Parts: sequence; C-alpha cells; structure tokens
Amino acid sequence: MPGSTPASLIAEGPEVFRAPELVAGPRLSLRRQAWRRFRKHTLAVASLFILGFLVLGVVVGPLLWRVPMGAIDLSAMLQGPLLDHPFGTNGLGQDLLARMIFGGRISLAVGVAAMAVAVGIGVAVGAIAGMASGRVDAALMWLTDLFLALPQLPLLLLLMYLFRGALRAAFGDEGGIFLLIVVVIGGLRWMSLARLVRAQFLSLREKEFIEAARALGASRARLMLRHLLPNALGPVIVAGTIEVANAIIIESTLSFLGLGFPPDVPTWGHMLYDAQQYLDSAPHWALIPGAAIFLSVLSINFIGDGLRDALDPRRVI
Amino acid sequence: MTERLLDIRDLRTWFNTDDGMVRAVDGVSLHVNRGETLAVVGESGSGKTVTARSVLKLIDMPPGRFAGGEILWRGRDLIPASNSEIDKIRAREIAMIFQEPMTALNPVYTVGDQIAEPLRAHENLSRRAALARAAELMRLVQIPDPERRVRDYPHQFSGGMRQRVVIAIAIACGPQLLIADEPTTALDVTIQAQILDLLNDMKARFGMAIMLITHAMGVVAENADRVVVMYAGKVVEAAPVEELFANPRHPYTQGLIRAIPRVDAKAQHRTRLAQIPGTVPSLINPPAGCRFAARCTFATDACVAAEPVLKPVGPDHTVACIL
Amino acid sequence: MLIPSLLGISVIIYTILALAPGDPFGQLLTNPNVPAAVVASLRAKFGLDDPIWLRYLHWLVAMLHGDWGFSFASRINVSTLILERLPVSLAILGAAELLAILIAIPVGVLAGTRPYSIFDKIANTLAFVGFSLPTFFTGLVLILIFSIRLNWLPFVFQSNMSSTGLTWLWQNILQSIMPVTVLGLFQGAALVRYVRASVLDVVRLDYVTTARAKGIGERKVIMRHIVRNALIPVVTLVAVQLPVVFGGAIITEQIFRIPGMGSLLISSILSDDTPVVMAITFVYAVLVIVFNLIADLLYAWLDPRIAYR
Repeated sequence: MPGSTPASLIAEGPEVFRAPELVAGPRLSLRRQAWRRFRKHTLAVASLFILGFLVLGVVVGPLLWRVPMGAIDLSAMLQGPLLDHPFGTNGLGQDLLARMIFGGRISLAVGVAAMAVAVGIGVAVGAIAGMASGRVDAALMWLTDLFLALPQLPLLLLLMYLFRGALRAAFGDEGGIFLLIVVVIGGLRWMSLARLVRAQFLSLREKEFIEAARALGASRARLMLRHLLPNALGPVIVAGTIEVANAIIIESTLSFLGLGFPPDVPTWGHMLYDAQQYLDSAPHWALIPGAAIFLSVLSINFIGDGLRDALDPRRVI
Repeated sequence: MTERLLDIRDLRTWFNTDDGMVRAVDGVSLHVNRGETLAVVGESGSGKTVTARSVLKLIDMPPGRFAGGEILWRGRDLIPASNSEIDKIRAREIAMIFQEPMTALNPVYTVGDQIAEPLRAHENLSRRAALARAAELMRLVQIPDPERRVRDYPHQFSGGMRQRVVIAIAIACGPQLLIADEPTTALDVTIQAQILDLLNDMKARFGMAIMLITHAMGVVAENADRVVVMYAGKVVEAAPVEELFANPRHPYTQGLIRAIPRVDAKAQHRTRLAQIPGTVPSLINPPAGCRFAARCTFATDACVAAEPVLKPVGPDHTVACIL
Repeated sequence: MLIPSLLGISVIIYTILALAPGDPFGQLLTNPNVPAAVVASLRAKFGLDDPIWLRYLHWLVAMLHGDWGFSFASRINVSTLILERLPVSLAILGAAELLAILIAIPVGVLAGTRPYSIFDKIANTLAFVGFSLPTFFTGLVLILIFSIRLNWLPFVFQSNMSSTGLTWLWQNILQSIMPVTVLGLFQGAALVRYVRASVLDVVRLDYVTTARAKGIGERKVIMRHIVRNALIPVVTLVAVQLPVVFGGAIITEQIFRIPGMGSLLISSILSDDTPVVMAITFVYAVLVIVFNLIADLLYAWLDPRIAYR
C-alpha cells in the first residue's frame, strides 16, 4: 500500500488532532480496561443477564419443573399458557415448558460445540497459513476462499441427508445427530476465523516484540503458541461468540426443515416445524420457541458486540 | 498600519475522551497580518494543528468543542457562524493544505475533478470551464503536461506531485489566507524545498498570507516573517523571525533553536545535538503553573506556583515566562 | 479464478457424495416407481464400479454437456426441472436484495455520519434484532399476523394462476410481499452494519477533510466523498454474504411454499432424489461464483486504482 509508512520515517510523527492521546493517567490493567469498555455497552450487559438466565433455566430447570416432557395428555391438547402448563401444550397435550427446557439444552450445547469446532479448524488453518507464508499459505487461502464460496445451507442439508443414517447407527439417535450437526456446522463455518487469525498473525509478525522473541531464538512453535496466539485472542473470542449465535440459528434451521434431530427430540427449531400447521389455533406453540431462539441469538450477538468494544476496539463491524 | 486578517483570541478547543477532557488548545491568542507568513511551531501535541483546524472549523464536534475565545476573520467572529457561512469562507477566503499528500486526495476521482470542485461550487463554473481552469492551476504549480494529467487519478502521481495538486486545490479560488499544516513533513528532503519555494512563489503572486504550521525550526527561519511558539496548548512566545532567533526569551524556544542541526563552525566541536529532556505533559490534568516547568532547567518554585501570562519584552515580542 | 473454483466446488460436492455410506442408487432397487432397466442403465452410465476419479470425470463431463440426469421422483429431466424453478427463485432473491439495499444504504450512511447519535443507536439496535431473527420465525409471524389474523395477504404462493394481465401482476405482487419482506429485512439488517462500518472508516480519512475545506457543503461532501467511497467495499461484502442469503431464500421458499429451487431442493432431499439434490447444490455454487465475479467487475469499475495494479 502506498502512503502507509512515510509518516513513521520522519523524526516527529503526525500530530494527533482528534483526540490527542497525551494520556499519562493511571495505567489500568488490560483486563480491567476491557471490562470497563464492556460495561459501557448497556445492551451487552443486559444481554449477559438474559443469556445467564436462559442458561440457568435450561440447566437447573428440570429440577424445578418436574413435568415429564413426553407425557401425552390428549385431554389438554393445544392449550394456551395456563397455570398447570405455563407455556401451554402441543398437539399431543405435551407440556411445552418441559420441552422448551430440553430443547434449550440442545440448542445451546450445539451452539457452543459447533463454535468450538469452527474455532479449532479456523485457528489451525489461519495460524499455519500465517506462519508458513509462501506456497502453503497460498494453498490454504485458496481452500478458504473455496469454502467461502460454497452454498452453505444446500451443502448442510446434503450432508445431513447423506450421513444421518450412518451416524445414527453408530452413535445412537441423539448422540449421532448431535455429532453430525456439530461437525458439519463447524466444518462449514471456520473460514472467516481462519482469515482473521492469519491477518492477525501477519500484522503481529512484523511487531517488535515478535522480532525480539525471534532474535532470542524462540522456535516457530513456541513463537506461535506463546507470543502470536495470545495476542490474536481478542478478535478470536469476538468471532467465536458470534459463531455460537450462528450455529444456534443453523441448528434450528435444520430442525425446522426436518433434517435435524429426529422428530421425537424436541428442539426449538423442530417445535416450530410442528407448530406451523397449528398457527391459527395455537399460535403460542410457534411463538414461544421462536422467541427463545431469537432471544438467545440476539443476546449472544450483543455480548459479541460488547466484547468487540472491550477486546478489539479498533474494529467497527 | 498592517491589517489583521485573522485574529485568534484566547481560543480554547477541548476534546471529550474516555479518559477526560483533553484541553488541546487552551487559551491561544495569535494573529496573521495581510500578506505575511506566520509560522506556528511546536512539538507533536502542542495544539498547533488543532488551532489551525479550528479556524476553518474542521474539528469533529463531538468529541471536540469550542470552550471559549474568538476567531476573528477580518473582524468577524467565526465561532458562532453557521455552516453555510463557513462554507462561503472555506476555499474562497481561507484555504488549507495538509500534511499527508498521499491520503489528502480522493482516490476515485481524477485530480482535475478535485481541483475543479471548489471552482464549480464557488464560482459556478461549468465542468468544462472548471477543468480548463484546473489545468491552468496545475501548470501554475508546475505539474508537467497538465492538459493530459488533468484526467489522471491521484495514485498515478508521486507524493511531491500530489502535494502540488493539493496546493492547486487550495489556491483555486484565490484565498487571502492559506493555512499550511506541516506541508512538507511527509515528503522527501529534496522535494520539501521545492514545495516551500512553490508556496512562497504563490504567496508573492497572489499576495496571500500564509499560516505555516511546522515543527522544523529550519523551515521557520527560511520562510516566516513572524513566529508563534506553542507548547502544551498554549502560546509561550511570539516575535518577528530575526528577533526570535537572535533573542529567544523562553527556555523552550531556546531549546528548540539549540536543537537545530548546524554545519557551521560551532558544530566542529563535535558537541552532541542539544535536546529537550522529557515529553509534553498530559493535557487532561495539566500541571499547575508553567506547563514547561517540569522540563525546564531554570525552573523555580515560583514557576509552579502561578501560570505565567504573555507579556511584552520588546517591539512585537511577547513571552510567557517569569524569568 | 472462475474455472478452478468451479472445479474445486464440484470436487467437494462429488467427494461428499462418494464418501456417503451406502450406494446412492441402491435404494432405487427397492423403489417400485423406478423400472429395473432404468436402474441398470443408471448404474452403467455412472459407472458405479469404476474408480472414484473416473466416476468424477464421467459425472463432470455429463454435467458440462447439460446432461444432468433425470429426477427419480418426477421422472423429468433435472435440467428442465431446475430451469422451471430458477426464475421464481431469482425474482424473489433479486427483489429482496433490492429491498435490502434500499434500506441499508440510507440508514447505514445516516448512522455512520452521525456515530453514537440517537438515530445511530436505534438503527444499530434494530439491525441486531433484524439479523438475530431467524427467517423461519419472521415468516411464521408474518403469516400469523397478515394472513391468519388480518387476512390481507395470501400465504400459499401459487405459480399457475388462472388470471391474466394486471390481475395476474397484482396477485403476484401480493403473494410476493411477505417472502420478499422476510428475506429483504434479514439481509438489510446485516447490510446496514456493513454500510455504517464502511462509512465510519471513510469519514475519518484525510480526503474527506480536504473536501470539507473546499466549502462545497456537507451534503456534497457526504454524497460525493463519503458514500461513493464507502460503497466500494460493500459491493464485495454483498457478494460474500450471498451464500448466506441463499440459505435464507431456501427457508423462505419452504415457508411460503414458493415453487423455486429451494423448496425443490428440500422436497428432493426428503424424497431421496439424488440427481436433483446434486444438481441444485451445484447450481447454487455456480450462482455464488458468478455473482462474485460480477462483484469483482463492479469493484474494478468503482475503484480506478484496480485497473492499474
């Protein structure tokens, strides 16, 4: 890029005029500074409480709400929210609150696990590309671009369709599908993370402290693990958080299209799928799981935004 | 009697930041006479650029704000003026050129269109007529082959040539005052002299005044009529250029002059180039008393006790120091 | 660039299919709707006993010749089937993208030029709400409100309407409102943030200050120097987002029963119609790459620096 360096070559750099950084004030620790910036994002803090409440609800919920989710009560079909069924019932008279709690466990678990897969692949590919440079870098980035151009949902559906049977046979109904969904979502969502990590590595590599570590004879692996990765952590945490929200949406989408968990497993997306036919008589059946998906995704996205303010203040998207 | 074109009185431009109010410009008074070159010198963070940008109201507000003072342009205060009134003054009466020629031009328009822009806005010229004038202006700032290059994009020009384009934009509407904010800092040494020569040439040709913002005392000595020295958001000394170099009164000015590299007899003693120890203080909670006291070799208790005010010490020479 | 990407994608799709457990055509043997002779000819045509790279080459050559096989479920040529569905999908997608751009550019520019103002905060919050709302949920809510409760709009999309002329047009507009809104708002919400961020990047650049110092008025500074430059990276972002948009379009088609490629894909998956599934996935991939190419050309046209690199 022309024009990116000349200023630094001159003894006195350009004068900062918008917000002169002549701060010699108290030096806060990095973590406390980050927390201070996060706290200023009101919606992120509120989202933290909402998400905390949701997580708490699905974790301890079954201890407090002991109605079995599978109990069929044909005398109480399609009931709206009432005292004995706070979220109402579905077409078989099953209690929706119990089913919501169970579905929430699946959605949140899939979200976190798929994020972990995506972050794992993305960081590995990005770090290798960023360290290796040259031909390896070019090849990995070509692969990344290729994956970015893949039509995600059609491919997801195709993978679910082709491998569902085999994995169910190998790992059982729920376990097999869980594994498949997590791997497939993670395997199609690592690309932006890889690019991010590579870009971080490339810019960090030129920094003085890395030069110093290299001059002191640090090995490549050590350089990567001890110096580069921790410094690239902030953006990765931000991207990872948002990836949880994406994975939750994708899982619900698959369930909604009938290609997620088997029909007897009540995920939020599958409840919406079942409720479609009863929109006129029992709108609560669709609205409650839909609102739950929306609320968890929204709060995770806001937390991600707050984390970006806190950890990666230069970026704006 | 010389006419004061620009008269800044007790200007305060402050910035609201996460860490508190930064008093970047904190009570600056200076003036520019018709046709003269006033140099404003100081280190990074002395407030010289903020002062310059305040004149044309090119400060982002928020976070910035005018906390006090007046900016009199030919007797009229610009601070309360409306945006459309300021727009009539920009380029037509006061123009500005910037430090970084590589980024000062919009990459997606031809240089011709960018030079033509103020002409079309202020003089209602057609595009064709404005482009013809743009080519003339490019010839005036000594860009070779202007008729052809008028259609080129900024990335096709070198840094020095881009700064000439920036100057052509600035002089397009014949302003009475040109504010040049470190116009040569980002350029190669050989180009620097050419650009300064060009500025002096334009000044002589159009009779404009120049407010030259710089940190280089050498540039000041060769180009300025009068000098204002700024430190930590305040004016510490003001004098005609010969007087200032012959008889610097403020320890900071003395330090700046000593820090000029010299090739003459004195330098053969192989003394190290003098430097001023320390850095500019925080402008969020500026120290009480004289802001330079912490770095001053002559500082006494009295310096910290009360803030020195500008007082006359000779004809047209003022200094803010109790010594 | 174009050809290697297409080849790479075709390899990935084919590999997925080849790695899939079981014989993709095996289940046809038990399907009474498909005559045994057809199965046999299919096996021969796809050379199921050849090594995988040979099978891939056969498949690729057949695809390039426009011979995409035929649907097991409807016994129509796959290419005919897709060509029938493609225009509807593209029309809905195009209208939604247009709606998204018409919302995102003005809102994003206003928010980006007044960062941290009330307007910016509201726009930003609504944008977050917009892309956190899954399309299948917004679709159902719209149906609930406008079709079931208010009975203003039809919720099942019909492609073969008996009416003609203006009535036909009007009915098509009516039945497209909800799907286009669902998809457009979702895409627009994401786009608003990109436009805002891009504007924020541009407003602090030096040439904007140069433009301001010209005294041409803030409106012209924004339109000529901020918006024009800020939209250049947005073009790429729109293209990069496209695979995600296709996902949203598939769901929308499914909810509103729009007879497009997306609903065809899902019904084909549910009925094990492998040739159709393969072909549609590949068509989506081709569309993504073609639109990326268009974005690259647009980018070069918008940014004069590109041509000289």
